Amino acid sequence: MANKIDWVYSERLKEHFLNPRNILEDEDSYQEDGKGIVGNIKCGDQMMVVIKVDKAKGIITDCKWKTYGCASAIASTSILSEMVKGMTLEDAYYISAKDIARELDGLPEHKIHCSVLGDKALRAAINDYYRRNGMEDKIKKEEARIVCQCLNITDREIEEAVLNGARTYLELQERTKIGTVCGQCKEETLDLLAKYISEHFSEDKKEKLENINKKKSE
Amino acid sequence: MKTRKVYMDNNATTPLHPQVKEEMIKAMEVFGNPSSLHQFGRAAKAMMQEAREKVASFIGGSPEEIIFTGSGSEANNTVLSILVCHSRECDCSKVGKFRRIITTVIEHPCILETAKCLSDRDIKVSYLSVDQYGKVRIEELEDELKKGPALVSIMTANNEIGTIQDIKQISRLVHQYGSLFHTDAIQAVGKIPVAVNDLEVDFLTLSGHKVYGPKGIGALYVRRGTPFCPLIRGGHQESGRRAGTENTLGIVGFGKAVEMRKEEMPSEHERLLLFKERLKDGLKKNIDHIYFNGHPQDCLANTLNVSFPGAEGEAILLYLDLAGIAVSTGSACASGSLDPSHVLVAIGIPIEYAHGSIRISMGRNTTLEDIDYIIEIMPGIIKRIRNMSTVEVGGKRNG
Repeated sequence: MANKIDWVYSERLKEHFLNPRNILEDEDSYQEDGKGIVGNIKCGDQMMVVIKVDKAKGIITDCKWKTYGCASAIASTSILSEMVKGMTLEDAYYISAKDIARELDGLPEHKIHCSVLGDKALRAAINDYYRRNGMEDKIKKEEARIVCQCLNITDREIEEAVLNGARTYLELQERTKIGTVCGQCKEETLDLLAKYISEHFSEDKKEKLENINKKKSE
Repeated sequence: MKTRKVYMDNNATTPLHPQVKEEMIKAMEVFGNPSSLHQFGRAAKAMMQEAREKVASFIGGSPEEIIFTGSGSEANNTVLSILVCHSRECDCSKVGKFRRIITTVIEHPCILETAKCLSDRDIKVSYLSVDQYGKVRIEELEDELKKGPALVSIMTANNEIGTIQDIKQISRLVHQYGSLFHTDAIQAVGKIPVAVNDLEVDFLTLSGHKVYGPKGIGALYVRRGTPFCPLIRGGHQESGRRAGTENTLGIVGFGKAVEMRKEEMPSEHERLLLFKERLKDGLKKNIDHIYFNGHPQDCLANTLNVSFPGAEGEAILLYLDLAGIAVSTGSACASGSLDPSHVLVAIGIPIEYAHGSIRISMGRNTTLEDIDYIIEIMPGIIKRIRNMSTVEVGGKRNG
C-alpha cells in the first residue's frame, strides 16, 4: 500500500487537466480573427478554438478554447493553446493529433482519436481566418475533411495511414480505428483508400511519394 | 496535503468485511481438496458445507440448491446456456425445448452478450424495453409470454440506476405461462431482502464481492426439480453441476459475508436512505441543471445516479478522484467504447445527459462526513467543467 499508485494518464496531462491554460472565458467580447468548432456532444466531445493573428507576419499571437469532453480532451486543448502561440499559420496547420499526444507525454491509442480534436479545431479556426481575409485559395489545398464522423478521422489521416503502409480496410482500421463505431463511412473510406494507394503507389507516382515524405520530414 | 479517501463505488465492488478477512485467514490453513476422502479433504468439505448453508439460508433456499461458481457472470452465463444443450443425458430436455429467451435491454452485459451469442445458435431472444425509471412494463412481458414458453431473465435491481423490479409479480406471470424465471440479483442481494420462495424464482444469481466478500466467487440458486445443465463439465463437484476444484477460500469468505449482511443490513438501509436524501438535497441546492436517474421510490438505498448536462462524466470522475472521491460514470469516454451507458440510453435520457452522468454508490462504511464532503466538493468541480465547456447549459449552442 506504500506504493504510489500512478494516475490514469501522464503527469503532464494531469497538470494541464488540473490547471487548464487559455480557457475562453469572455467569449462575447473576445475579438478573434478565426474560430473553429469541431466534434459533437452526442459523441462525447466537442471543441472550439479561437485565434488572433498578426496579419503582417502570418503568426498566431493568441489562442483560446472551450472543450466539452474528458480529461484528455481538456488537457490536449490546453497544451495545444500553448504550443501554437508564436507559430506561423503554415506550421500550425500541420500539427497533428499525434503531435499533441506526444506533447502530453503519450496517450492511450483509443484516446488519441476520440479526444484529441484540438488539431482539427485549430485547422478549422485557421481556415476561418483565411476565409475572412479573402485567402480561400490557401484552404482548398490543405483542408482535411472528416470522413469518420464518430471518431473524427479525416481524409488526411487515411492518406497518412496509406503512406505508412496500410493497404486494406482492416489495416487502415488497425491504424486509425476508422469505421469501428457506426461503420457508415465504410464505402467512402474504401474509395479514398483505393485513391490514395493508386496516387502514391502506382509505378509512375513513386516520385510524388518521395516528395511527400521529403515535405513531411522538413 | 493528505486528501480524504471517500469510496463511493460499492456497486462496482465492496471492501472485504474485516470479519470476513479474519475468517478467510483462518481458512487458509485448510488446504485439502473437498473431494478427497481423507481427513484433509473432509476438513475442507465441512468448511465449505457450512458456508453453503449460510448462503442458502441468506436467500431462503436449501444448501443443495446452491451452486458455487467463479463469478456472478459465470452463473448468469450458465443459466442462459442451458437452452442450447442438446444432450439426451442431460436433465435439461425440458428447458431445451424452449428455444426462447425473454430479457430486458438494461441487463448486465454478461446476460446481454450471452443472449446475443445464443441468438446465433437458433435461440430467439426478445428484449423488453423499460420505462423512464427503468421498470419493465408488465403488459409487454405478457405479450411476449403469450408467444410461447421461454426462459425469462430479468435483474432484480439495476447496477447503474438502482431501479428495483417487481420480481414477485413478474415471476408469477412467467409461471402462469409455463415459462421459467431467472433473476440476476447480484446488486440486490445484501442491499434489500431477497428470498427465493417469496419471489418464487427458479434461478437466482448472487456474487461474493458485492456483499463485502472476496472476488472470484459467485453462486447460482437452482430450485429443486428445475431442469439444469452445467456450463463447465468434467467433474462431480457441486453435485456434477459445476466442474472444477472448489474455491474453498472464496466460498468460506462468501458464507461469512452473507452472515454479516444478515446482521448489518436492516439498520444500514435506513441510514443510507437518509444519506441519499441529504446528498440529493445538498447537490440540488448547490448545482443548477442536475437530474437524478432511476426510480424515485423503487430504488436501492445506496445508489444515486445523477446527470450534469454540460459536464462530461470522465472529467467529473477524474476531478473527483483527485479530490479523493471514487465514483463511476456512464460516459462513453470512461468505458473504452464510444457509447454511453446502455441503461441510461434505455431509460430515454438525452445522450448528452448520459455522457455527463455519475453513479454514487454508498456502502456499509459510508459516513455522514463522506456525504458532506461530496456536497462540498462537487459544485466547484461541475462549475469548473461547465466554465470551460462548449455546451451552454440550457443555452444556445448544442452539438
